Amino acid sequence: MRLIFITLLALALATVVGLGSTYMTATRGTDLGTLTIGSWTARPKSGTADVDPYSRASIARSGELPIGTGDGIAFSATSDDKKKPLDGRCDVVVSGVTPAARFWTLTLFDRKGHLVANSLQRYGFTSQEIIRGSDGAFEIRVASRSRAGNWLPTGGIERYALMLRLYDTPVGVATRTQRDAPMPSITTVGCP
Amino acid sequence: MIRLLFTIIAGVLLGGVVHLVSVLALPRIATQDAYSRLTPMTRVNSVTPLALADPNNAPMPFMDPAFAIAICRYDLKDGALKLTVPVSQAYTSVSFYTRNEVAYYAINDRSAGRKVIELDLMTEEQHGQLPEDEEVTAADRLIIDSPTTTGLIVLKALAPEPGLMPQAQASLAASRCTVQTEPVAAKQPEPAAPAPAPAPAPRGKR
Repeated sequence: MRLIFITLLALALATVVGLGSTYMTATRGTDLGTLTIGSWTARPKSGTADVDPYSRASIARSGELPIGTGDGIAFSATSDDKKKPLDGRCDVVVSGVTPAARFWTLTLFDRKGHLVANSLQRYGFTSQEIIRGSDGAFEIRVASRSRAGNWLPTGGIERYALMLRLYDTPVGVATRTQRDAPMPSITTVGCP
Repeated sequence: MIRLLFTIIAGVLLGGVVHLVSVLALPRIATQDAYSRLTPMTRVNSVTPLALADPNNAPMPFMDPAFAIAICRYDLKDGALKLTVPVSQAYTSVSFYTRNEVAYYAINDRSAGRKVIELDLMTEEQHGQLPEDEEVTAADRLIIDSPTTTGLIVLKALAPEPGLMPQAQASLAASRCTVQTEPVAAKQPEPAAPAPAPAPAPRGKR
């Protein structure tokens, strides 16, 4: 009787620990093979045939298609440079330069990967639409109320993610540091 | 007490095994993966344009709204696939995914180097069956081996400004993915001849 109880306890524990950790890694992702520059994170290996099993599990769970290496690379950010989570009610400035690429797009998603509705139907910028300074640098204001210049509306949602996708770029599996890939900074400038 | 501790250790160790097995199994058992999401809205072996991503209706999460996207869901069991994608003004790319969303190949208009991206997609087996002389003439023909029989080809054309979206969509609308008929037709006489022979055999036994 005691043996049965102990066996059942061990099996129950195994199920909880095993499936629980799988759920955690599939939803939150792991640090395996990530490239972090500032507050931006990319997984260059996800676009290749030797993608790691954890990335495969989270891709299968979310239902997205990873961007192929011959196509480009996707960087995402969920917090600013001071590790403060991106808040749609605050004014956030994305400024600086981007790594070499033929085109890039910056898109705002909610945490589940949906676009955020707004009256302007503006969900992001492409590298051609952006207004730049004379030195080639740009400044995008991510805010709920309209702003002058490059305004990216947040729709006032609490948490969002920014995704910077570089197309036809040398940035990829071999990239390690900021020097190879100068990413724009993300700063929260004010909250109501 | 020792027994309980032993139970907990055994449980955690076994949990590690369960974790590894479930992580490896997840891509195969997932029901909401991209292939399953796209299956009801696409036809097999033909190009289906996807509706533009908008907040209420996006077939997949994290889709880039600056792109016109079309999907060719392929099945190579009847033969190799020929893909032709005319290059749009700004940027065009073609990405290949296996049934389980592994991105095994991607090419853009510049690396293709022509006005039209032309590719042949086949399984390794079909590639091996290509006649030798055809392989030589195929030097300028781009052949891609698909690791799985089924999968997805994603065709993307960038609209650098929202006003250029119709142009990007139009260039994708002119793309084709079709099962190649010539190699199949060449091989058909051989299997066709013995085919009727086994067919009556089971009837005779009954």
